[in-house]
Amino acid sequence: MAMFRQAARVAWKDLRIELRSREIVYTMVFFGALLVVIYSFAFPHEPRAVRGSVPGMLWVALAFTGTIGLGRAFDRERENDTMRALLLAPVPRLAVFLGKAMSTTALVLAVAVVCTPLLALFLDAPLFAYPGPMILIVVLGAIGISVTGSVFAATLLKVRSRDVLLPVILYPLLVPLFVAGTSCTAALVAEIPNFDAAWYWIHFLGIYDAAFLVLSIWVFESLVIE
Amino acid sequence: MAALDRVQISKVGKRYGSERALASVTLELTARSMCAVLGHNGAGKSTLLGIVSTLVRPTGGSVAYHAKGHAVTGADVRREIGMLAHASLCYADLTARENLALIAGLYDIDGSPAVIDGLLDQVGLDRRARDRAARTYSRGMVQRLALARALLTRPSLLLLDEPFTGLDRDGALSLGAQLGALRDAGAIVVVVTHDLEAIADRTDHVAILRRGQLVFEERGTYTYDQLKDVYHRHAN
Repeated sequence: MAMFRQAARVAWKDLRIELRSREIVYTMVFFGALLVVIYSFAFPHEPRAVRGSVPGMLWVALAFTGTIGLGRAFDRERENDTMRALLLAPVPRLAVFLGKAMSTTALVLAVAVVCTPLLALFLDAPLFAYPGPMILIVVLGAIGISVTGSVFAATLLKVRSRDVLLPVILYPLLVPLFVAGTSCTAALVAEIPNFDAAWYWIHFLGIYDAAFLVLSIWVFESLVIE
Repeated sequence: MAALDRVQISKVGKRYGSERALASVTLELTARSMCAVLGHNGAGKSTLLGIVSTLVRPTGGSVAYHAKGHAVTGADVRREIGMLAHASLCYADLTARENLALIAGLYDIDGSPAVIDGLLDQVGLDRRARDRAARTYSRGMVQRLALARALLTRPSLLLLDEPFTGLDRDGALSLGAQLGALRDAGAIVVVVTHDLEAIADRTDHVAILRRGQLVFEERGTYTYDQLKDVYHRHAN
């Protein structure tokens, strides 16, 4: 319990700073909204085409904005070497990792809260036809992006070309997450929804998140200590 | 957890790729002592401090921490370490009070306003600045906040990397006196500095590094002139 309390403390610290500056969330939401606007001009609005392309649009938006959020959230820890202060504290280093992942998840979800309705509105996409599984897959996706991304963002903290390296390293690892996210969304927005497929991909994403959470917990400490 | 009373650095080395930062440094740090680690830029002083702080992994050798004859490891060691580094280790978007309250929470210690204000009084941070974001502070104020952060946890091993940077002469001398008081109270104080005047007559253990190697180590009190003399003889 103490570890989760400390993780929550780290996450709350991030969110408190973000609520004050709103620097990351504004950048992420603006970029996400911009992507949706570009999609609405670039892709056909014919219902059948929209059902085929909107899952990809949503998950590309989440992936791109998530990477921006991850990069900036960890850049903040670089500013006064505050990551050192966190790692020096007598809390399990796992709590530091979980706290950073929790705050990043909140930022990715904030983007999803804006982008999903915008996509539904601009492209007349039936993204809210089945809100329960839709919310579930987006939350699992946000957790997956944040957990996997936090490990690499922390590892690359002292690397000069981290902005370029983060997506290059991260996206290949996120491929299963994108496949699951887009497939589940496609199953939900199809003319005849396929709930069996949707639940399969939700389970798949749950297992993906759990696997990467365990892996991240295992490697985090050894990767962040110089 | 008992306070650390001995840190044994044994044959510690560190390489960054092909670059050697430290080579087989052996040093014993004991309670009620203030060790001045001296040397030119790039001599390996900060790396040594990083290794002792547990934040840098040595490529060779080991560091053992002891309290009352027992070995101490992991989070129990980190709890006893106070660090003042080149960077402030404080969040620029939080106020001084918020920064210290966060640290108090992470260390599970009393972070009440009275304790925090008492400490900020001790380091001389202006009362009017305490509820302003640290981003708006001058270099000297940031240094005072960083010192308060390092002292808040009542560390028994205090690691200071250029602690006098940004402080005016009075501030530097006052900090020197505070470090002396901490040493007298039983702490192990390690100071990496180029400001020999601020530590003269207070340090009782001098270690000089040159190109990653420990070239001089002696216990004893040094006047400013004596410090200057040993520094110029061994660091160059």
